[in-house]
Parts: sequence; structure tokens; C-alpha cells
Amino acid sequence: MQAPARTLSGADGLKHLSVATPDRPLKLDSGRVLEHVEIAYETWGTLNADKSNVVVVCHALTGDQFAASPNPVTRRPEWWPLIVGPGLPVDTDRFFVVCSNVLGGCMGSTGPASLKPDGAYWGTDFPMITIADMARAQIALLERLGITDIFLAIGGSIGGMQVLEWTIQARNRVFAAVPIAVAPRQSAQNIGFYETGRQAIMADPNWRGGRYLDEGVRPDRGLAVARMAAHITYLSETALKRKFDRKLQDREAKTFGFDADFQIESYLRHQGQTFVDRFDANSYLYITRAMDYFDLASEHGGVLANAFRGLETRFCVFSFSSDWHYTPEENRDLVRALNAAGCETSYVSIETDKGHDAFFVEEPEFEAALLGFIDAAAQARGLPKRRDA
Amino acid sequence: MKSGPGSAAIRRADHVAIAQFINKGELVLDVGCGDGQLMELLQSERGARTRGLEVEQAGVNRCVAKGLAVVQGNADADLPVYPDAAYDVAILSKTIQELARPKFVLDELSRIARRVIISFRNYGHWKVRTTLLTTGRIPNLGSSSGWWSDGARRPCTARDMAELAAEAGLTVAAATAVNGKPITGKSLSRLNWTAEELVFVLERTKA
Repeated sequence: MQAPARTLSGADGLKHLSVATPDRPLKLDSGRVLEHVEIAYETWGTLNADKSNVVVVCHALTGDQFAASPNPVTRRPEWWPLIVGPGLPVDTDRFFVVCSNVLGGCMGSTGPASLKPDGAYWGTDFPMITIADMARAQIALLERLGITDIFLAIGGSIGGMQVLEWTIQARNRVFAAVPIAVAPRQSAQNIGFYETGRQAIMADPNWRGGRYLDEGVRPDRGLAVARMAAHITYLSETALKRKFDRKLQDREAKTFGFDADFQIESYLRHQGQTFVDRFDANSYLYITRAMDYFDLASEHGGVLANAFRGLETRFCVFSFSSDWHYTPEENRDLVRALNAAGCETSYVSIETDKGHDAFFVEEPEFEAALLGFIDAAAQARGLPKRRDA
Repeated sequence: MKSGPGSAAIRRADHVAIAQFINKGELVLDVGCGDGQLMELLQSERGARTRGLEVEQAGVNRCVAKGLAVVQGNADADLPVYPDAAYDVAILSKTIQELARPKFVLDELSRIARRVIISFRNYGHWKVRTTLLTTGRIPNLGSSSGWWSDGARRPCTARDMAELAAEAGLTVAAATAVNGKPITGKSLSRLNWTAEELVFVLERTKA
């Protein structure tokens, strides 16, 4: 048995379980199989006696399993502090919350930065994965934890895509689902932005055709540029103007050079530089590719509603008005399909200038509606009431 | 939001009048559902399954918080995406006179649902007629700032509404004054004199 190795020192020590073995390999959409898959995860709260209080939190592109407690490897704080925790919408006093690092990720789960059976790093030999494969691995993880039915699947962005896959694959074993700021298919614009990022990584001389781990280098410059370009799409023009506008960075006048004269440049450079310390470039290639391939309708005879027909899961879809990464219109496409499929569906469109990343930051209307939906679903599921309710 | 003031415990008279036309187990779409009072009433007292459509975020949030399934959207724009005959009933409670495109919405709802139930203020009521006759002004336009203000209602009568229904290929299968007894379509002219507020049950006219 080959234990996967990590480039992020310390990720090996994180909680993880094997979800695929040579006897029970993980079959991927590409047709390839993985015989050794480890999924790293974290949990909060307590599993109740009838296992009816399980919440699966699905993380976004650059996230990890540390939704509600600090990441001991990167020392970054929990990424969803306003949503997951005691007394919060995903109430760890009442629910057993599981968040796992995606297949292909780099925070302890098997991915291109893991070792393959022959002892070399997977690199770009790692098979291409899809969002459905990620959900497959997560479902297998939950089964390893002795859990087949979950109360709630929740996640934003690519996490929302995984939520949708959960409802389809774990058919009627998901009581409630909250896809946030998502799309039923990756848009041409997003494919374009992520392709730009991938090209930046692959153009970095340190990428070495994907074999950089074996050669002991890292394509940090390329990965930072990829992050900078993508990060712009997670914000909004209004928010950029409000926060930065054309303000200069620690200087009185333009320098007539290529230094970071503007605050927005300095901000994006910082985003890029801090990102490379915690993320693997090949993981970035694989996960963004999985997003590009995401198109639920095409997997269901070209009719999106067919993906959801007959589902008893209750859905609540959230979108943010200034999100141009996954637009309100794309979220409404999803809602229309859910309605057409006859699913019990709610849709809340939040007015905000905070863009795609609004679901990470304080957004009282979002938190209030989410709390209400989850509490009502918990009541319908026969789970206890919130302590202060 | 369309719902009147007061707590959920206070039931709006037109909601009660609408509820009598809903049968157990029916799937109901409430267009302009406000904070969900009618849906709660239909679930608890008629055993209906409900979905809502509401444009205001505050109303949507309150519905979602109560566990009601509500989609944030606009009746004038979002109905075309609903599939044919997906619902047993579509309801417009005190909404149709505030729509930008009432005939379009009625066409869409009669495509989406087998029955369409509307409640509306009847400007054919005798008090309205006498006020118009004596003062030369149309009373009670639902706006304190003048008949021309944004969101002002379309003042129409029971007969006017029946004409719209006919234009949309619908029949008034039943009608009732809010707080009154249901009648069939024949005696609309009397209701048009006596009812301040009306509920119509519309069904597609049999060819």
C-alpha cells in the first residue's frame, strides 16, 4: 500500500481515510481508475444515534477541509467562520459536519502532488478528474465513516457543483441541498479565464512539463499569475472601485515604472504570493479543468431538468447580484431546471457589491436566509431546535 | 410585498376565500406570495403543497426562514420558464391589478396550471360607482400619492376581469365575493354591484 506524499509539509499528518484500493478502485469519468485514493477530511460536532444529522460542506477551488477550525498546516484561519460553528447556520452544536479535501487537491487528499505506486510524484500523469469524480470520492469517504444518508450538502462555487453532484449520485440520500453562487455548466468566459491561468503555470520554466516536484522546483510565478487573474473574477467592479479605485500604494505619485504603483496591483500581487505557499500548481490545473468539464445538462441528454427529475431533496439556491463568475442568471438557469423537474426549490438572490466571493464574507441577508432554510429543514428532518430558538 | 399588516395569525379575508377552492394534495403556485401567509394557510388547512414566487428579498427571506419553497423572481418576466401543466393551481392574490402585463401573466399561468385563482378589488362596486358619479373621481386606487404614481393599480371591475379571462381563453368557473358565498359565472352582474373584493376561479374554456 502506497501512502501518498505531499508537498505541503504536514498535510500527511491530517485526518484521512482510504476510499479506493486495488480490489475496490475508484472509477473515473475519463475511463481510468485510481487504485489508491486517500481523502483527507475534518469533522465538527457529534454524530447522533440514527446518523440523521450529517452535513457535508464542499469547499471551493482553492479551499480545503478546514471550514470551521484553523488549518494546522498553513495556519490559516477557518474559511467559513460565519456559516459553520456553534449556533451558526451550519450549527455544530446540533449537526455532525464533515468537510473533505477534494480528489485532486493538495491538502492531504490524493492528487497530482501525491506519490504514485512507482514512487514518483503523479504530476501530470495523474488522471483527469471531474466534479462527479470528486463527489464520488466524497461519497465513498462518508461510506467509510459509516454514513450513507446526509441531512444537508452545502457549498459555494465549485463546492456548489459538488453539492449538485451529491444530490444526483447519492440519489434521495441527501435531504436538503444548498448550492451557492454556482452554475449548471462552466461558461466560456470562465473556461477562458482558467485557461489563461493554466497557460501562466505551464509557461513558468519551473513547471518542467508537470514534473517539478521530482525536480525539486515549483512554478510559483506562474501559479501566482493564475491566482491574480482568477481573483479579479471573484470580485466586482463596484467593490474594486470602493476598496481601491485608482489609489496609489504607499506613494505620492506615479513612478513611471512597472512597480505596483496602484493599490489594486499590490493587493493582487499579495494574493498571488500568499497563494503559492499553500497550493500545488498541478492541483490548480486539474481542479480548474474539472470545472471546465462541468456541464450537467450534457450528462443528462442535453436537458438539465432530467438531472433532477424525481429528486425529493429540498433545494435552496443562492446567488449574488454582482457575481460575474457565476452570475445570478446562471443560478436562475439551475432554479428553472429544478422547478421544471418538480423539485422543492427556493431561490434567494442577494443584493451585494461583493461579487462571487460574497459567500465568504459578512452578508447578513445571506446568513439570515440560510439560517432559516437550514432550521426549517432540520425541523422537517426531526432534528433538535437551535439552542437559542 | 402583498401581504397586509399583522401577524401570521391574522388571516387575510381573500386568502380564506381562495383557500376554499383548493383541494388536499394539490400543488399550488402562489405568484407574488409576499411573506408566505397564504401558502401557510393552504398547507395547514387545505393540505396543499405550495411553491411561491416573490420579487422582494425581504419576503423571500421570510418564506425561506419558515421552510416555504419560494423562488425570488418577477411574474412579468420569470413565468415563461415554468413547464406546462406543472401545477394544479396558480394563484394571484391581489396582484393582477399591479402587474405590468396582466394578460401575459394570465396566459402563462393558465399554461402552467390547470386552474388560475385570482383575487382583486372590484371597481364596479356600487360605492365606487356612486363616488365616481358624485365626485367625478375614481376612489381607492390603492395609492395615497395619486393615480399616476408608480405601482398604482389598474382599476377594473368584475366584468372587465371576465373580459380579460375570455381574451385569455378562460372561463370564470366560479366566483365569490370575499366574505360571500361562491356562485357560478352566470350572475356576475350582481356581484359586480355588490362585491368590494372578488375571487375568480378561471379554467381553460372547453373547445
